[in-house]
This record gives sequence, structure tokens and C-alpha cells, in this order.
Amino acid sequence: MAATIASFKVDYFQFLDAEGRLVDGVQVPALARDVKQLVGLYRLMTLTRVFDKKAVALQRTGKLGTYASCLGHEAAHVAIGSAMRDEDCFAPMYREYAAQFYRGVKMSDVLMYWGGDERGNDFSGPKHDFPWCVPIATQCLHAAGAAMAYKLHGQPRVAVTVVGDGGSSKGDFLEAINAASAWKLPLVLVIVNNQWAISVPRGKQNTARTLAQKGIAGGLPSIQVDGNDLIASRWAMDKAIAAAREGRGASVIEMVTYRLSDHTTADDARRYREQDEVDSAWKNEPLLRLRKYLVDQGAWDQVKEEELLAECAERVQGAVDEYLDRVNNDPQPIDAMFDYMFKNLPHHLEEQREIARRFPAKGGSH
Amino acid sequence: MAEITLVEAVTLALAHEMEQDPTVVVFGEDVGVNGGVFRATAGLQQKFGDERVIDTPLAEVMIAGMAVGMAAQGMKPVVEAQFEGFMYPMVDHVVNHAARLRHRTRGRMSCPAVFRAPWGGGIHAPEHHSDSNEATWAHFPGVRTVIPSSPSRAYGLLLAAIRDPDPVVFLEPKRIYRWQREEVVDDGEELPLDVCFVLRDGTDVTLVTWGAMVKETMEAAVALEKEGVSAEVIDVATVAPIDMETILESVEKTGRCVIVHEAPKHCGVGAEIAAGLADSGIFHLKSPIKRVTGYDTIMPLYRSEMNYMPSAERIVHAAKETLEYS
Ligand SMILES: Cc1ncc(C[n+]2csc(CCOP(=O)(O)OP(=O)(O)O)c2C)c(N)n1
Repeated sequence: MAATIASFKVDYFQFLDAEGRLVDGVQVPALARDVKQLVGLYRLMTLTRVFDKKAVALQRTGKLGTYASCLGHEAAHVAIGSAMRDEDCFAPMYREYAAQFYRGVKMSDVLMYWGGDERGNDFSGPKHDFPWCVPIATQCLHAAGAAMAYKLHGQPRVAVTVVGDGGSSKGDFLEAINAASAWKLPLVLVIVNNQWAISVPRGKQNTARTLAQKGIAGGLPSIQVDGNDLIASRWAMDKAIAAAREGRGASVIEMVTYRLSDHTTADDARRYREQDEVDSAWKNEPLLRLRKYLVDQGAWDQVKEEELLAECAERVQGAVDEYLDRVNNDPQPIDAMFDYMFKNLPHHLEEQREIARRFPAKGGSH
Repeated sequence: MAEITLVEAVTLALAHEMEQDPTVVVFGEDVGVNGGVFRATAGLQQKFGDERVIDTPLAEVMIAGMAVGMAAQGMKPVVEAQFEGFMYPMVDHVVNHAARLRHRTRGRMSCPAVFRAPWGGGIHAPEHHSDSNEATWAHFPGVRTVIPSSPSRAYGLLLAAIRDPDPVVFLEPKRIYRWQREEVVDDGEELPLDVCFVLRDGTDVTLVTWGAMVKETMEAAVALEKEGVSAEVIDVATVAPIDMETILESVEKTGRCVIVHEAPKHCGVGAEIAAGLADSGIFHLKSPIKRVTGYDTIMPLYRSEMNYMPSAERIVHAAKETLEYS
């Protein structure tokens, strides 16, 4: 060998272990001692879980269309949302509800969207946040573009995007890394690695040791964190967002977590996944871990937990009622599909709108 | 032989051809262990192994680009895009390479790949899962676009697509994947590409359609019959290139034509058929050609999708309009 001209390492961070104890011998972030803030974040994680369970139940009873569950991703998603400022821009995929709840998106918005009603797309979060993105990984480039806009405007704003382990196979993701590196963009790319891209496990997507190293290949600082550890995930987000905001460029964070649910309600993971794997993943799940820690700190107990669950159930039911009331009693008009096609509706679409009004589907919508 | 559904006929054709031809490889997201999200490749990996039924990483550009490479080097890749809306990343490779390879190399190389995808709306799917974009493919020279509308036609046309020496985009109307059962004999008999199928004879008006809209169009024909109107129904099946001869022959007889498709009207395949009739059939027409189509809007989320798609009622109405001219 002549010379090593580049060598790399990928660091892994976990501050709170699966038992809910701070990892020995590691300098922990200040957040670990900020019990009040942790309780707040834990409450949102719990609300998200209660919401998610209810959404799946609504789908099973025919009240919601296909729904993508976020079960098991709560720490990663809460960390992402809570680290951002309103003026930052979020470009999500389709299951980061907790991050969006933090940004003001309502639970009823999410239900409207998966309930097949366009009005959910006009959600209550920041107006500059991107809508849900179903085509995989395309949002990474939109976030890079948003970051470019902030840079050109000279604004201290940051774009944050989320992609799955599966999505990290796509060119769009790699192209976003490249662009962020070339232009030193204020961008944070989060890979929420939940181990499965529908039926394809992480090990069959590529043989790289980490997904974070894809960022390193593009020249971005890239780390891996335990995505079920809220403290590590949030710490990584804070660091990356601060760097981006201060003009130090983009970074990649791989949050390692696990998809405890089916991919969506249209999927049956039993066809391709061993139950043992899921059972052991439950031992590692994020809520239990943070709860244990909070209990040990004297900041949480069974009574508080039960109060919280009751409160969450009530809030979720409120959102469900709001959703059902709207779709049943104030349905989108038949011709709503024309409303936002253009600012100025072309003449031929006006004609087609008349046809749509004249020929509603038999039995209304479905 | 049991009666099977359209999606099972797809599986049957794939299995038949994999058995016959060792170069046939099924390639795509979730096609292996999971057997495809619609089960179109169910059981194939167990039967043929994971080197012939290959689960790929999530990357349509890779899937299409590799299909070009594999097909050019002696394989017969039959690739699956999970939904039609996710075929767009494939357009680059299909259009810029698959469709041109034979032409560009003066016949030295070719790209006999099949690009399959579940296509169309009506199954309560999320956004981007319900578009019908056959016109996108139909516009590009060098690639055939085929859409079956029944189990037996799915079986026969898919066999023909796989055996065809050139690239074929094969769009499967997922709304009718499991709508109808039909006896399909697994005899390896293909059906011809590039020809229309006359599904119903009639004398007063020709209804031209393809894919899942065959269902509403046949319903409309039955409704019209009750009113004393005899409708001929044509399933175009290969939407590019179109067999205008069969359509012209029918219109010569009926003098009237209604074209039905779920895709948006503007620059849809229906426009091409109407232009073909204007070119060569104008003197046989007794009335203006009507098109009953999806609107030129984004396919709405599922609560409204049935309001978007043509209904039998709209087809009947259009047919009657053509009959107002004597
Ligand atoms: C371009 C594209 N191809 C295919 C799909 C169908 N699809 C939806 S989600 C998914 C798997 C996504 O896996 P991953 O990126 O790991 O994210 P996860 O859903 O596991 O969070 C697939 C293949 C799609 N939505 N977009």
C-alpha cells in the first residue's frame, strides 16, 4: 500500500440503555437531567402511541383507509420534531406523526388524510412544511431545495427530512447528500432505520455496516444513534440542527429503531417476519425505557401513568369524533377535486366540473 | 382446471414461462418472500429460488436500469413496480434505453424486458397508488403498452409480453384483480399483442375501452340493450400500438363511437383513437365521437375516487348522445 488518503469511522451513541439506565462512563447530555422536559416529551410519545393504536382500530372497522403505523418509532419522531423551530422546514415521509404533532399538526388532520379526504393535507402545522410524501425518498431532495432557498435568502433556517432504511437505497437520498455537501446546505437528513422496507430486511438492502456511512461517502458528518433512546436521538438532532443553523453544513443521523407494527394496515408482516424478532424488539421499545428512567428519577409513577393514558384516550377520541363528524356531516363536495388544480381554473376544467356535479358516484363516496 | 382471478392468472403465466424458459427472472420490491404486495408473484420464489425471483432494494431506477442491462445480456427480466405511480422513476431507463436499444444499435442489441405494475384506481389506496398513466408510456416509440382486462387475457397477453423480443409495459388493472373468476387452461397459449378484442357484438354504437373500465362498459352495454340499443364493446388491450383496424371495422358498422378510459382526458389514449377515427373513419361516422374519461385533475384520495372514474351511467348517457344524431 502506498498511502492511506482517507479513512473513516462511524460513531454510535446511546445514553439511556434498554433498562432505562444511563449508560456508564459516558458524558450524558444535559437533557438527561432535565426531567421536566423529559416528562413533556414522554407525554407526547404516549399520546402518539394511543393515537396510533386507535388509528389502526379505525382502519380495521372500515372508518379509515390504509394507515401507516408509527409503533416503535416514537422516540425518534419526538426527538426530530422537538428539536426543530417553527421557522425550520420539515419534509416528512408518511409516518412521522409525533414530529408533526410537535409542530402543530392535529391528530384529526392525520385521520382526514388517511381517511381519504384531501382536507387533511391542509394540516395545521407550519405553512412551509411539506405534506406527507408517499413516493419514497423524493422528500430528501425537496428538503435540500428548501435548505438551498434558506441559504440563498441568508436566513438562519434549517430543513429536516426523514427517510427510511429502504428509502436510503434510492438515488434521491444519495443525491440530496451530494447536493448538501457540494453547497454546504443547512440540512439534516435523518434515516429512521426500522430494519424493514416492507418485507425486505436491512441485511438484504445492502451489506454496508451502517447506513450512516452513506453520508460519509458524500462528505457529510454522519453518526448512528439508538433511535429508541429519546435522549440520544434528541441530542443528535440538536447538534446537527445547530451546525446547520450556524452555517456549518448538513449532516446525516441514522436512528436505529424497529418497526413493531405491520408496514401498513394493508400489510401482513407475519408472512415474512419471525415473531421472535418482534417479541425481542418489544423489550427494547422506547416508551418503556424512558418511563423506567423517569420512575427511577422519582418523576413518574403508576398514578401519573394512568392519568396520562386516560387523558390521551380522551384527546384521541376527541380527534376521532372531529374527523368522523367532518367526513360524515360535512363531506367534501363531489367537485372538490377541481378546487386546487390551478389558481385560475381553465375553461375545460370548469366544463368537467359540471359533469362531475351531474354524475355523482352511485351511493356517494365510499 | 380451476377458475382463477386476474391476479392469479398473472402468477400462472409467470410460473409457466419461468418453467419453460430458464432466462426468465422476476425482479422487484417485495416480489420474493412476500410474493408481491398484491400476491402476483406468490409462491414463485419457493418454486424457483431466490436467484430467479429476486427481492430488490427499494430503488426503481436501479430496477429498470438493471433490467435493461440484464435483458441486453440474454436474460428475460420481468420486473414489478409496486404501483404504477412508482414507475415514474423507471421512465428514464425505459424510454431512453429499453425502448431504443434495438434501434440505436441497428438490431445488434435488444431489450426484451417486461415492466409490470398494478395500475388504476378504485381500491381505497393512498395517494399516488391509483393513477392510470398508460398514455405516458403509449406516447414513447419503441415500447409496447399492454393492459389485460380478464383472467384469460392476463394469462395469454403476459405470456406474449414475456416472449416478445422487445420491451413491454404491462399494466394490470388492480381494481379487477379479484373481481372475476374464469377458467384458464395453463397450456402456454399466448394471445396476440397489438390487436383489440371484440367482447360483444352490436350494431348501433361502438364502445371502446380497456382495463378495469371494461367492467363499467359492459354494464353500460347491458343497460343500453334494455333500452333497445345494441352496443359493440371493444377491449383495446394493447394501447400502444393500437389496432385501429378492428375499431374502424366496428365503427363502419355502427357509425357511432364512445371511448371510455379512467385516465385523464387530455392527451389520453382516447384522443389517439379519436384521431385515428377522424383520419380514416370520418365518412362512416353518423355522430361526433364521445369520450368518457377521468377528469383532468389529480386522482382524488379514496373518498372521492369513484366520483372521478367514469360510471356505467356516464357511458350510457354518452352513448345516447351519439344516438341523437340519425
Ligand atoms: C418510489 C416508491 N416505490 C415503492 C413504494 C411502495 N412502498 C411504500 S413504503 C415502502 C417501503 C419503505 O421502507 P422504508 O423506506 O424502510 O420506510 P418504512 O416504511 O419502513 O418506514 C415501499 C416499497 C413507494 N411508496 N414509493
